[in-house]
Amino acid sequence: MKYKLTSKEVHVWYGDFHAIKNVSLQIRPNTVTAFIGPSGCGKSTFLRLFNRMNDYIDGFHMGGDILIDDRNIYGKRTLVEELRKEVGMVFQKPNPFPKTIYDNVVYGLVIQGIRDKRVLDEACEQSLQQAALWNEVKDDLKKSALALSGGQQQRLCIARTLAVKPTVILMDEPASALDPLSTVKIEELITQLKEHYTIVIVTHNMQQAARISDKTAFFYVGELIEYDSTVNIFTNPKQEKTQSYITGRFG
Amino acid sequence: MSQIDNPVHKIKGDLSEMFQLVSKQLTKAQQALQKFDKDLAREVIQIERRVNGEELQIDRAAENFIALYAPVAIDLRFVLAVLKINNNLERIGDIAEGISKYILETEKNFDAGLTESCNVQPMFEAAIRMLNDTQTAFDNEDTNIARKIFKYDDYLDHINMEAIQILSDMVKKDPSKVGDALYIISIIRKLERIGDQLKNIAEEIIFYIEAKVLKHAERK
Repeated sequence: MKYKLTSKEVHVWYGDFHAIKNVSLQIRPNTVTAFIGPSGCGKSTFLRLFNRMNDYIDGFHMGGDILIDDRNIYGKRTLVEELRKEVGMVFQKPNPFPKTIYDNVVYGLVIQGIRDKRVLDEACEQSLQQAALWNEVKDDLKKSALALSGGQQQRLCIARTLAVKPTVILMDEPASALDPLSTVKIEELITQLKEHYTIVIVTHNMQQAARISDKTAFFYVGELIEYDSTVNIFTNPKQEKTQSYITGRFG
Repeated sequence: MSQIDNPVHKIKGDLSEMFQLVSKQLTKAQQALQKFDKDLAREVIQIERRVNGEELQIDRAAENFIALYAPVAIDLRFVLAVLKINNNLERIGDIAEGISKYILETEKNFDAGLTESCNVQPMFEAAIRMLNDTQTAFDNEDTNIARKIFKYDDYLDHINMEAIQILSDMVKKDPSKVGDALYIISIIRKLERIGDQLKNIAEEIIFYIEAKVLKHAERK
């Protein structure tokens, strides 16, 4: 079966600091993959490799290959702007622009030069529907996005990501700043979205990883310690370090 | 020691005490049968309430542990095993009580010839040794000892199978012994059942420590 994302013997350095050490893994399309591990283990650095978000960090350099489908995204012919359309990202803290809800959702399309109102309207509704926010905001599209609750803002950011029609969505602790009910909504949303997208999520919430992901990768001091189905990781991990971490005995 | 170790140690200690309590019950039931001691049999029946109380307490602690700590991996297997081991131990307690009730029901001691021919006491001793070894396997997290339990179970099954033929032959020769024979076969059946309970417990210990499911499988 073809893999959507592939990492081949990847190393990352920030200056002299060896942040990612020889990580190889493959991610199937239409799955949710969780990256877990203690702070500083490299999971966010590794996640950001998939849309080249580390490129502008001082001292960043890497070795190995990152492939999307079969394309090496660190090859010379890759256009980073095009890559980021294909690989969307949602961050820990909701970061809507100080604009209307509508303008937030269609922002990516507008900067691509799309001006056709009918196209933008359709994209807005479809993205908000997919992000399970449409029913809550359909009568308030011209209101400021900043007036939404934290959970709504995060779903708005997901809608904004979806509007540019990515195939991969990276999420860096997308629910850690949200209350439990908003967290449930985001988790339900992630489960629904995997039908159309490949999702990779970094989370510190072990139960969240267990609930929503198909596969889990455990990182520790820059190394990929274990990568397996989430059920195996949470019932019978093969590595002692994984067991110690997920049972709360270190990290 | 991490926070999750505290409830794990507490539940483990409580289950270990449950093992001891049930072992004492079984030993007393054996002695009561050997000496036809009705007072000791009454004591077993009285203490059975404590066994039931311990079972409920461990069940509650396990439920709280799941609710409060959301255990995974070895901790999850541990608590799942605890629930089943606890239930099996309580049933062994019921068996000790059941045998004690037989002693109270009968006027005079069971026919010595029948009990000896059917190896009732060796079977009882094997069941008690098996229980104690199972506790050692649990306390020390020793799956080698747990695996030896399966052999004991085969031995108890063997005595059980033999007893049917022996009792049948003896009752044919002397039909007046049929009453005692029925009690003895009931006791043997109960002891054979203990073998099954301990085999289940041994399987749970192996599941908890090695993450291997032996239930309904060829044992390795």
